[in-house]
Amino acid sequence: MQANSLSLALIGSGGTGVMTAGQILLDAAAQAGWYGLMTRSFGPQIRGGEAAAILRLAHHPIQGQDDHLDLFLALDWGNIERFAAELPLAEHSTVIADPAQGDVPQVIARTGARQAMVPLKEVTKSVKGGRANMVALGLVAELIGLPRAALMQTLNKVLGRKGEDVLQTAEACLQAGAEQAKAVDTSLALEAKPTPEGEQPERWALTGNEAAGLGALRGGVRFSAAYPITPSTDIVEWLAPELPKLGGCLVQAEDELSAINMCLGASFGGTPSITATSGPGLALMIETLGLAVASETPVVVVDVMRGGPSTGIPTKSEQSDLNIALYGLHGDAPHLVVAPNSITDCLAATQWSVHLAEALQTPALVLSDQAMGQARAIVDKPIPMDWKAERRTADKPGEDYLRYRITDDGVSPMAIPGTVGGVYTADGLEHAERGTPSSQADHHQGQLDKRLHKLTGYDYGEYWADIEGEGELAVITWGSSTGPVREALDRARAEGITARLISVRLLSPVQPEAMAEALRGVSRALVVEQTHGGQFHHYLRAHYDLPATVQAFHHPGPLAIRPGEVLEQLRQLAQQEAA
Amino acid sequence: MSTCADQIKTTELKAKDYKSDTKPVWCPGCGDFGVLNAITKALAALQLPREDVAFVSGIGCSSRIPAYSAVYGFHGVHGRALPVASGLAVSRPDLTVLAAGGDGDGFSIGGNHFMHACRRNVNLTYLVMDNAVYGMTKGQASPTTESDWAGSKLTPEGPGLAQFQPLEIALSAGAPYIARCFSGDPNGLAQRLTEALAFPGFAFIQVLSPCVTYRPEQKEYKKLVHPGFEPTADRREAFMQLMDDDGFTTGVLYKADIPAYQPDRAEPSDLDTIARQFRVGEHGPKPVTNPYYPCSEAGCAVDPPVPED
Repeated sequence: MQANSLSLALIGSGGTGVMTAGQILLDAAAQAGWYGLMTRSFGPQIRGGEAAAILRLAHHPIQGQDDHLDLFLALDWGNIERFAAELPLAEHSTVIADPAQGDVPQVIARTGARQAMVPLKEVTKSVKGGRANMVALGLVAELIGLPRAALMQTLNKVLGRKGEDVLQTAEACLQAGAEQAKAVDTSLALEAKPTPEGEQPERWALTGNEAAGLGALRGGVRFSAAYPITPSTDIVEWLAPELPKLGGCLVQAEDELSAINMCLGASFGGTPSITATSGPGLALMIETLGLAVASETPVVVVDVMRGGPSTGIPTKSEQSDLNIALYGLHGDAPHLVVAPNSITDCLAATQWSVHLAEALQTPALVLSDQAMGQARAIVDKPIPMDWKAERRTADKPGEDYLRYRITDDGVSPMAIPGTVGGVYTADGLEHAERGTPSSQADHHQGQLDKRLHKLTGYDYGEYWADIEGEGELAVITWGSSTGPVREALDRARAEGITARLISVRLLSPVQPEAMAEALRGVSRALVVEQTHGGQFHHYLRAHYDLPATVQAFHHPGPLAIRPGEVLEQLRQLAQQEAA
Repeated sequence: MSTCADQIKTTELKAKDYKSDTKPVWCPGCGDFGVLNAITKALAALQLPREDVAFVSGIGCSSRIPAYSAVYGFHGVHGRALPVASGLAVSRPDLTVLAAGGDGDGFSIGGNHFMHACRRNVNLTYLVMDNAVYGMTKGQASPTTESDWAGSKLTPEGPGLAQFQPLEIALSAGAPYIARCFSGDPNGLAQRLTEALAFPGFAFIQVLSPCVTYRPEQKEYKKLVHPGFEPTADRREAFMQLMDDDGFTTGVLYKADIPAYQPDRAEPSDLDTIARQFRVGEHGPKPVTNPYYPCSEAGCAVDPPVPED
């Protein structure tokens, strides 16, 4: 357990309102000046079924889920066995349950967690029109020491326009719940918040998907076409009303094939474009990504990964689209693959991807995942970045204009329709410099070289990876696995194990020299990822010189990578070193 | 350096000014030559600046056509000309967007896009050079091939399927401008195209364009085609005309005044204002309405539906 953080889960069958209660709790925590993270766990049902709001709160920014829950409150036990594994309990955990819902199920009881029985249903009945989720909210807020004022302020925002009666009912529920706190004989309050010095940093509350949407806008995206697919849809739902405010627009396409091709059409017309999708949708878009490579048309695709293969587990996280993102395109098709490594980074990494795609006239794939995309966090205001869409255009093409001219850096000025004298045909067929289709070996070789060279010759700067710490031990990871790895490294340091972090953000093209520099002096490495087959590990082995000792730690979703299990791996490696 | 002759060219463009110097891959006698001629004539009739026209296609013999014209072009992947053209037209309403391709590209692999482009009614013109055969892959049946055509090794007994009916489907799906032309009559086609390019919405033209290599019997098209469609804005009348159609009737079948698709408009804003919604301020973060807060009932008991796919 990270010092001074609190992990809790509100569980109930779909419709009991646990997500709503969790969301209010998170927002109230933000209101109180806390930091936090809320992950949603739910099944594939549209209504009903199991649901859990999993929160972690602290006075410092949160990187991911903890090893175990401190508090587990169940409104009912519907389908708990389906997802108990995602809600790890230990002996120090406290389980709050309503005796009216029957015995605590074995799957929970055998964890050895402490149990506290609170008659939630009965208490709820005591408030006219009351709701159990609001009673639970009052109870939890009281237990963790969340100021009532912050809770009421949040409720006011949420329920204010529904009238005074509704607010009063909610407040009565909170009060009735709070009164039950005495029955829970355990201390769950966070340590007192340190007195802030000077001006407090601005904090934001957002999901990774919203962050990606804002990153797209900041990068200069003004067109989007999309087909809904979980868990990526929130990005385009967020963009739909925002794009028109900046003079852009979003079109709902009939399928993913259409979505990516509409984006390509808009981009050909000079408008930076983005689409968002998840595994099966990405598979459908792959052919057109190859077209974007060959025709040198910039486009950004955010793939919010979920469990795969096939339809897999739509509502739960995994990092297993790595291989298709890196290798899915047919032919030799160099392209950009960028992975944000936190909710905040979804913003910067998407913005960077727009910038890179436009600068290099190529498709960029952003690999986010459900764990980041659909989790909502209270974070410090993200540092604004300057990355913009700056496409090299041919504004005054002469008689000798060649759209695919082989230039020193491989990037050729692009004539945007409307530009006098620049008419050319963009082509997915192999072509000569003018764009005319060609099957000649030298034309093919020349254009392949050009498209590779423009990506490998570009200076991506330090943002290619997050490299932190020192030591002969390194953890190499990517994406949302970075959060738990960072926390494991913090804990390891407290045990005297020093290790460095290499979180790779630019997955393609590979950066062998930068990686060699990052690995200088490293004798042992641990590779961490959320896949079944160790895709990231294999990718590293294929493209980089790794130290002699490499330990791979990976498991599939929907189980989150926990800091404790990474720490255990680090301990093993440190012991081997000592031996 | 602009010469006097250049200036005359830019002030008055001739059909040949819209032709590129790239030699078509088409076989001698291919109907698509007539289509190319008609397109360049129509562009000249409208005196459209070359740089303000974009020509999008998919894959196939006819889809090579953008490279043969001297306007902006996009030669994409199989079946996806319409989405590319739609994205371009929506984001660049100042351009004249023309999409073209064959019956396989448009009605088979691209069939879904065809229906939805008809529904979406973006301002663009879609021209399908229909020869009822896959020419580029050497003679297989296409969606518009007769069910008993046994000329393909892939379907030696004939495809045995009902023929795809482009005009009926376009009409059902909501296309506001529907016509059929014949490539052997480039002037007639140019006239229709001129009208279609100026039409404010999705205009669909099926062009009977013979493939003399794999369907030599299509040389007879010139004897079979006959004018007959009377333009109407009445869907019932249009369907009645199709009931009497032998597949070779030409003319404008349907022309309706349906507003073209326009993307949403919104109050202008700026990035900082948009980002402000995430700020945890004096009043806390803005409550999200999606996906967490439905609050449809007192006390917020109901969680929103959880999406699957």
